[in-house]
Amino acid sequence: MDKSLPDLAAAVAGIEDGMSVMIGGFGGSGGPIELIHALIDRYLATGHPKNLTVINNNAGNGHVGLAALIEQGMVATLICSFPRSADPVVFTEAYKAGRIALDLVPQGTLAERIRAGGAGIPAFYTPTSYGTALAEGKPVEEFDGRPYVRERWLKADYALVKAHRGDRLGNLTYRMAARNFGPLMCAAAAVSIAQVSELVEPGAIDPEAVVTPGIFVQGVVEVANPAQEEALNRAGARYPEVPA
Amino acid sequence: MRLTPTQMAWRAAQDIEDGAYVNLGIGQPEMVARFQPPGREAIFHTENGILGFGEAPPPGEEDWDLINAGKKAVTLKPGTAFFHHADSFAMVRGGHLDVAILGAYEVAETGDLANWSTGPRGVPAVGGAMDLVHGAKRVAVMMDHVTKDGAPKLVRQCSLPLTGVGCVTRVYSSLAVIDIVAGRFVLREKVPALTLEALQDLTGARLHLDGAVGDLVAPDL
Repeated sequence: MDKSLPDLAAAVAGIEDGMSVMIGGFGGSGGPIELIHALIDRYLATGHPKNLTVINNNAGNGHVGLAALIEQGMVATLICSFPRSADPVVFTEAYKAGRIALDLVPQGTLAERIRAGGAGIPAFYTPTSYGTALAEGKPVEEFDGRPYVRERWLKADYALVKAHRGDRLGNLTYRMAARNFGPLMCAAAAVSIAQVSELVEPGAIDPEAVVTPGIFVQGVVEVANPAQEEALNRAGARYPEVPA
Repeated sequence: MRLTPTQMAWRAAQDIEDGAYVNLGIGQPEMVARFQPPGREAIFHTENGILGFGEAPPPGEEDWDLINAGKKAVTLKPGTAFFHHADSFAMVRGGHLDVAILGAYEVAETGDLANWSTGPRGVPAVGGAMDLVHGAKRVAVMMDHVTKDGAPKLVRQCSLPLTGVGCVTRVYSSLAVIDIVAGRFVLREKVPALTLEALQDLTGARLHLDGAVGDLVAPDL
């Protein structure tokens, strides 16, 4: 078994028009910047994929990563909890112009819907959002005297995540708080692709330390020294780069 | 006469017990961590997936994989733990946090909270606010007593979209400490310079008394 992929282009080659794509990360931590940029490269070369539904906690920051994907017009719908950032201008303009639809989900509900999707649980009840506008139209049931809102699982065609170390079997570790949505999304998507800072031989990751077991991962591509969204934005970066 | 946000954070910190697990909301509540009384150890939770993180690093030493829910850089401490988002919100909703302290636009005497939306204009964003108000044993709010225009923020009924129903247990305002008990505001402390009547005039619902009202006094910070 070898899930390692030769390059970023191969990693994103299967993503087609209209697909749903979970993208890991909370703000910049855990954002698979290089995988997202490879998807943009493909779009600029071929006109595909477009009309994507993207699931991410946020809506991008500045003009790189997810913000750049939105700026290209590739995203029709965004499912997220917090579409604000230090520099949210790309999403904000697209949203106000009606070029992108927003499905706002409370952060813990978003996480649990993705977890449920990966775990084969079609629905669950949560206290979150009861009595608020975000619970409108959803079934409510009382358990032990308290009201709870029914939420559905969330699955996707693809997941793109950033991990720290990975082996060719797909076992992954993460770096600090970059873990965030990665393990959940890998389980919830039909095809999960991880970019890893270091591709290692099976056995090099202590089995006790594996965070995402390889069964949840379909592809691993090495990106040594990956970019950080925050650092790119502080440097005023854009993707694709504007010719001087 | 009124407490500054830093002083409100100091006051809120005095109620955090030794050994408490605490989530501090983005913005002003983050300052609460700076004022832990000596001899008490609280463990801070940030919903993006860290327990027991430390203060901000010096400029230039940020690691952008080590951030809090406000996307600000933090540091490691001995005993820090990382976890994914589903575990993080299991800590939140599952009743494992002792205290959550949030900011607010409005708090109603019923304990209803409005802190995520100022209405239909603009881009809506909720983050973890609707999760955080469920599950913590104490849900406290830290906010100015009135709006910039002088309108009460402690009200009979929220006019803005709700974050949660009947969830707030205590309010640390710039003028008072108020508990919410059985659908009523119960005044615990007020700034000494204000009479009870003057405080009532700045409050949108009836203030009830249950024993002596303490002086709300904070050090110069």
